[in-house]
Amino acid sequence: MTAPSVSEQTPPQKIQPKARTQSRWNPRNPWRHPWFLEGFTWLYLIWSLVPIGIAVLFSFNKGKSQSVWQGFSWRWYFKDPVNSVLHNPQLHAAVIQTVRLSVLTTVIAVPLGVAFALGINRWRGPIPATFNYLMILSFVIPELIFGVAMFFVFTELFTTVHLGTTAEVLALVTWNVSWPAIIVQARLVTLGRQYEEAAADLGANRFQAMRRVMLPLLAPAIFASAVLVFSGVIDDFVIVDLLSSNAGNTPMSVIIYSTQHGGNGGPALNALGTIMLVMSFVIAIIGYIGYRFLTRGERGSRIEALTTIAGSEA
Amino acid sequence: MRRKNAFWIALAAPGIIWLVLLFIVPFYAVLAIAMGKLDQLFESPVAVWNPFAWSSENVINVSRDLVGSAAFAGPIVVRTVVYVAIASLLSLLIGYPAAYFVARFSGRRKGLFLILLIAPFWISYMMRMLAWITLLQTNGIANKMLSWVGISPVNWLGGKPVTVILGLVYGYIPYLILVLYAGLDRIDPALIEAGRDLGLGRARTFVRITLPLSKQPILTAMLITVLPMIGDYYTNQLLSGAASTSMIGNLIQGQLGTPGLEGQGAVLSLLLLLVLLIPMIYYVIATNRSSRVAA
Repeated sequence: MTAPSVSEQTPPQKIQPKARTQSRWNPRNPWRHPWFLEGFTWLYLIWSLVPIGIAVLFSFNKGKSQSVWQGFSWRWYFKDPVNSVLHNPQLHAAVIQTVRLSVLTTVIAVPLGVAFALGINRWRGPIPATFNYLMILSFVIPELIFGVAMFFVFTELFTTVHLGTTAEVLALVTWNVSWPAIIVQARLVTLGRQYEEAAADLGANRFQAMRRVMLPLLAPAIFASAVLVFSGVIDDFVIVDLLSSNAGNTPMSVIIYSTQHGGNGGPALNALGTIMLVMSFVIAIIGYIGYRFLTRGERGSRIEALTTIAGSEA
Repeated sequence: MRRKNAFWIALAAPGIIWLVLLFIVPFYAVLAIAMGKLDQLFESPVAVWNPFAWSSENVINVSRDLVGSAAFAGPIVVRTVVYVAIASLLSLLIGYPAAYFVARFSGRRKGLFLILLIAPFWISYMMRMLAWITLLQTNGIANKMLSWVGISPVNWLGGKPVTVILGLVYGYIPYLILVLYAGLDRIDPALIEAGRDLGLGRARTFVRITLPLSKQPILTAMLITVLPMIGDYYTNQLLSGAASTSMIGNLIQGQLGTPGLEGQGAVLSLLLLLVLLIPMIYYVIATNRSSRVAA
């Protein structure tokens, strides 16, 4: 039997196109580059990203039009004394409310979720298993159904919590606590128990083992989940739509929806959307750099960091 | 054994109490309102907390809306199923090749492709809808481009099912692609190479090896897109707003703000939950299984 030829063993990128049949372009080369698939992927990417680019572009338009370019200006961000994001009280308040909700939710949900993950993962029995399933259930339940439940509980039962910022934060924490709970548990499973046992053998009590050994090891997962919660709240719409009560506690997503829904919101709305986009991108970049920094001693790749901060761990 | 657990119980307790108070209790509140009565004077729902005093008033009203001669909600349910089915299948048809390409063939440019695939995930849903509204306005760019080739302007945002379905695809496809990519990336390339070495052609390798191995990711990805699509009301409202395209989400959301109909909204959202419980439980079990396999 003859040895297998080179082209059968190595992946396509590595072979040099020597003979005609080995060319990347030759349709009879079984390892040729899938140009059709690549073209399709690019078409999809153009479809998915170009409209947003256009919407961002028109937030810088000098005039009111959203289809005719009239020159660059900051008019809709801060120059216009009435209609810019800075000077329109409703838009201005929305930016602040979004930031407030994101910070409060992250600060509450992450410690809550991390503690839950640690406790549930180590405590054996039917009770933790049940609540773990419940936690994953809260991750997949359609947001409208969850929002309806939140709406009724705050209007009919916990009526001391009025619709508004408190109700929004309580609901957003419940909705987002599954990120840290699921991601930290996934990390705990990969870590195994040996680090904790080693710490215990060296004389650490359980609290010390947790603080000095486990928390540093879990830091990347905790950080990634904080990034996901924060950006999840920026993006959230249904919960805040159902639970906001006045202009003072209405975040950006709801303003975009209600203004656009009533008619044409004009370029100031595009500016608001662009601010939202920039906020999320800054969080994403911080998330990526931070995650790479926290996992610097590990074998993880750039790609892994990218998919983790986008939430594909969960 | 008891003392050993105490530490972990203490850690898990806050989260458990939170879930009980703000996840289980709220759903009981929905149930109490669904099974409750209506305050005739103020047209506000009256929750009945005691199961023995439950009334079937709301349930009867909803069932009359769903089936029978005066059933206006029946067609809405059918429409929801049809729209979501078309939108999720389209998402899969578009998303699978893209995810497959990036996972298998993107080579050294994988990072670039991934950033571009993930980018929509970081762009607010409302911003992405706003982008399409900007394009599809009567005097928007889409109609301008059509007029260059001599087609008269189309009222894209005036209640067109096509716009709503494509809007749903556009909105949820990033989530589908990300899940598919993660699944396809885990397929061992050695299996595919083995198939090729043993004489299978490109198409047959795909059908016999890649496709069976991507069954699980496809199921998960479909669930992760179908579930939120069913509860969606905003995409529809923004891109059409017409009653002729409204879906179950629009119905529930509308009833929530209407005096006298809130109890029926509660019944409908519980019914929806009941129907979706099976796929949701499937997802929960599949997630749990795969995390145990990873360990």
